[in-house]
Amino acid sequence: MTLALIAALPFLGALLPGLLIRSGRTACATVTGSVTLLALVLLGMQAPAVLRGEVVTTRIDWLPSLGLNANFMLDGLGLLFAGLILGIGLLIILYARFYLAKEDPMGVFYTYLMLFQGAMVGIVLSDNILLLLIFWELTSLSSFLLIGYWKHLPEGRQGARMALAVTGGGGLAMIAGMLILGNIAGSYDLSVILTQKEAIQASDWYLPALILILLGCFTKSAQFPFHFWLPHAMAAPTPVSAYLHSATMVKAGIFLMARMWPVLAGTPEWFWIVTSAGLITMLIGAKIAFFKDDLKALLAFSTVSHLGLITMLLGMGTAKAATVAVFHIINHATFKAALFMSAGIVDHETHTRDLKRLGGLRHLMPVTFTIAGIAALSMAGIPPFNGFLSKELMLEEAAHTALGPAWLLPVLATLAALFSVAYSFRFLAHAFLGPKRDDYPHHPHDPGFGLWAAPAFLALLVVLIGLMPMTTAAWLVDAAASAVTGTPQEVHIKHWHGLYAPALWMSLAAVGGGYALLAIFPRLRALWDATPRPEAKAIFDALIEPLAATARAVTQFLHNGSLTRAIAIATIAIGATALWAFNGGIHSPGTRDMLAITPVTAIAWGLLMFATLAVALMHRNRLMSLILIGIIGLIISLGFAWLSAPDLALTQITVEVVTVVFMLLALNFLPKETPRESSPVRRTRDAVIAIGAGTGIAALAYALMTRNFAFPTISAYHLEQSKPGAGGTNAVNTIIVDFRGYDTFGEIIVLGIAALLIYALVEALLKPGPANDALRAMAATRSGLAGDRHPLLMVMATRFILPVAMMIGVFLYLRGHNLPGGGFVAGLVFAIATVMQYMASGLAWTEARQRIDHHALIAIGALTAAAAGVGSWLFGAPFLASSFTYVNLWPLEEFELATAAIFDLGVFFCVLGAVLLALNSLSRLARRAGETVSADPYSVDRPEGGN
Amino acid sequence: MEALIAIAIGTLTAGGIYLMLRQRTFPVIIGLTLLSYAVNVFIFAAGRLVPGLPAIIAKDAAGYTDPLPQALVLTAIVISFGMTAVIVLMALGSWLESGHDKVDMDDEKDEQETRA
Repeated sequence: MTLALIAALPFLGALLPGLLIRSGRTACATVTGSVTLLALVLLGMQAPAVLRGEVVTTRIDWLPSLGLNANFMLDGLGLLFAGLILGIGLLIILYARFYLAKEDPMGVFYTYLMLFQGAMVGIVLSDNILLLLIFWELTSLSSFLLIGYWKHLPEGRQGARMALAVTGGGGLAMIAGMLILGNIAGSYDLSVILTQKEAIQASDWYLPALILILLGCFTKSAQFPFHFWLPHAMAAPTPVSAYLHSATMVKAGIFLMARMWPVLAGTPEWFWIVTSAGLITMLIGAKIAFFKDDLKALLAFSTVSHLGLITMLLGMGTAKAATVAVFHIINHATFKAALFMSAGIVDHETHTRDLKRLGGLRHLMPVTFTIAGIAALSMAGIPPFNGFLSKELMLEEAAHTALGPAWLLPVLATLAALFSVAYSFRFLAHAFLGPKRDDYPHHPHDPGFGLWAAPAFLALLVVLIGLMPMTTAAWLVDAAASAVTGTPQEVHIKHWHGLYAPALWMSLAAVGGGYALLAIFPRLRALWDATPRPEAKAIFDALIEPLAATARAVTQFLHNGSLTRAIAIATIAIGATALWAFNGGIHSPGTRDMLAITPVTAIAWGLLMFATLAVALMHRNRLMSLILIGIIGLIISLGFAWLSAPDLALTQITVEVVTVVFMLLALNFLPKETPRESSPVRRTRDAVIAIGAGTGIAALAYALMTRNFAFPTISAYHLEQSKPGAGGTNAVNTIIVDFRGYDTFGEIIVLGIAALLIYALVEALLKPGPANDALRAMAATRSGLAGDRHPLLMVMATRFILPVAMMIGVFLYLRGHNLPGGGFVAGLVFAIATVMQYMASGLAWTEARQRIDHHALIAIGALTAAAAGVGSWLFGAPFLASSFTYVNLWPLEEFELATAAIFDLGVFFCVLGAVLLALNSLSRLARRAGETVSADPYSVDRPEGGN
Repeated sequence: MEALIAIAIGTLTAGGIYLMLRQRTFPVIIGLTLLSYAVNVFIFAAGRLVPGLPAIIAKDAAGYTDPLPQALVLTAIVISFGMTAVIVLMALGSWLESGHDKVDMDDEKDEQETRA
């Protein structure tokens, strides 16, 4: 369970910052950090077992029929990555607290960050690849939000889009690859897949699966030729760059390659694709980084280069190389995150990241210089820092691996290392060394402890791992490397490999060459500027632009903002599809006996047809169309009653009343006539579309009704279980409140939301603005449409009817479980009874006598229904499973107590509150429009509120 | 009888779609109401037409009507009220805010262009 909790904690934590930001930035950061810390502690508690070589697992069945289970596992690799994600996450939260400016919305930032953290932890802990894919996509989405955090910057938005397009596209390819892999292995659980090496590598589908999965990994980890998105993602705030683009997200691809290493690696295909992609990336990234003036761009390309290094090591396919890769993952995460944070500090203090405008900062920012210096030297691979150790090991591996000619790989690896030294030195030299300048955009000095604490801690790790690798890191490397390779690994990290080790000489060449490159930088720079080179963003845009243009053209055709056009196209498309399907099938006449036509039904049918056609033809007279709608609704409810559906008849007729009243109130404001504006051609076209669709539906309905059920329906079950299972004899009601109670629960919530939406819309309209002005203008012109606002007869009659109507409502509610009726109808009857008071006596009169607010009614309804659902937990039954009992209470007859009745009561309140709130909101508009009402028409009582 | 009901459903659908293709908000809402009727009756009819049989469990019942479509349609009727109410208010809001009740955005654009 703990693993699921570790993965869930960041997601839960994501809810907090948005709320806590009101309590201040420090409180917000503290709570966010505490959640991460808690997850880290939980992870730490699992560590001893994992380091002993055990695999901790949590299995939760989710959709076992699809092979989709929420299974989590923690082995050495997972421990390493989860530790990095949570540990560096904690440092980033601290750093961001002091980095973000006052005007940056910090709550939003932490929420995004926690979402991302949860997604990352999910990836590295998942045991099920389908679950892993879900988390994978979540990292793409949350990183999109983080990169585009500064929404006002165009480069932020463009960078975010590019990152999403590239990593999201790769993710899609990976889904396909994973599905193939799961199919070969016969399971979507990693623990099973990892045991199927022979089957997978022997399969014909191995290569497609490999390529698709590698597409996902390469896009995510910015490997050539997909490396271009990473530098553009640097438009993000620096904490994001440090977290996503150095320590975690870009390592997700690496993680997956490592995870899949036991089953995918070791084949020539794997070796050639992965090693060469890694090598090219390492070289290109290092070369470009050297020429970048922007501190973050330099670091971004250096990250690309180092990711290439790790990929290359994984590609070699030997256990030793994989172990070195794991070691370098740790080292790179420490020094690169520290470097990004240092770059952020420089940017924060000097207001620029341009190396041409920097220099001499070591005098002004000694602390930052020390941190950046340690980290940069480690990146360059200078002893005694940790970068040196893993780079030596990498060169050693490169020296023994042949990619084509035997000299090629070692030489290219040395060249990449050479550039790596060059850009690391340049980072230090051009930012911190040299004379102090007096033209910084902002006078710099070291920041407060809060900002440099996190990078300082990482720099300390860089030193400690560098000095004592066997004590500080080897155990973790062993655990992770054993998990990657599937066989126990024991690494021996040494500072000195002897004079005959090729790595020593390659390393020396790299340092010397790198220093020389820096010395002739101005000349190289001129050469670099003079040579034309492909601009990745331009190519990307050129590829995307035609796609976007096509999409725009299609959208513009289908959906140009014209509702009529969209409806017409949709109708035609559906009709054409149906016709095509119809022509492709075999047809035989229906076998079911038809009902006889009686004179009464024929008359009612004729009336319905007449009213429908009349609405279509006379729709410009809006009042007339409302009256006709009323007639149609009435006939339909009669039809329901005749066709054995009394519940429907009751509901239809009450809803009809409420709907027509509502539309009448609205029509009060709208023009009473619709102008004739469409041409005869257009009307004919619309009529053809409409009649075509109508004919199709009629034919479908006829075909359906004249055939018997092809399969036994589930209704038999409901009828059978209605009494013994749900304790009610009205099968319709038991379906609503019991069998499909969850649906009903959702529906009353939707109804409540609709009413609240109406309330909110009215609130917005009543605020000062054009709508309010229009209403006030109406008030000025409107005068006495009806002679008597409160006709005596109507007022008296409605008041007399009110208790009677309410009694009918109660009656309908009480009998609902066993006979036609129920909460829906009862709520509507109550609503109509109240609405009659509005109409006759006015809003003010009614409101003064109403003791429960409409909002409260909706809330009471929703809570009652929820309580009835939750109540069944007390009896060990699932949500909304109703239970009932029969009670004998003298002198009453035996009666039934059912939790379903409580649920139905919730339905009742929700419907009542929603309908009343909707109508009441409209009435408020009417009052603003000058509807003058007496607060006290013919009152016998005088409530406190009234006057 | 089945034929008559089928024709009624078809006519309601045709009327609804025709009105939804008009350019003003009010006919569109009326059209939507007609279409809701048609859909509700259609779903109801999927349970086949059975007059005179109860959905109430009793020992001496000769048979039952299909309760499932009835339950589905019952909630659908109430929900369609909620939907209609929201759309009516949106129509009202747009009329009050912009002074016209056209549904098509392109018309509005044209108007603005002619005004400018």
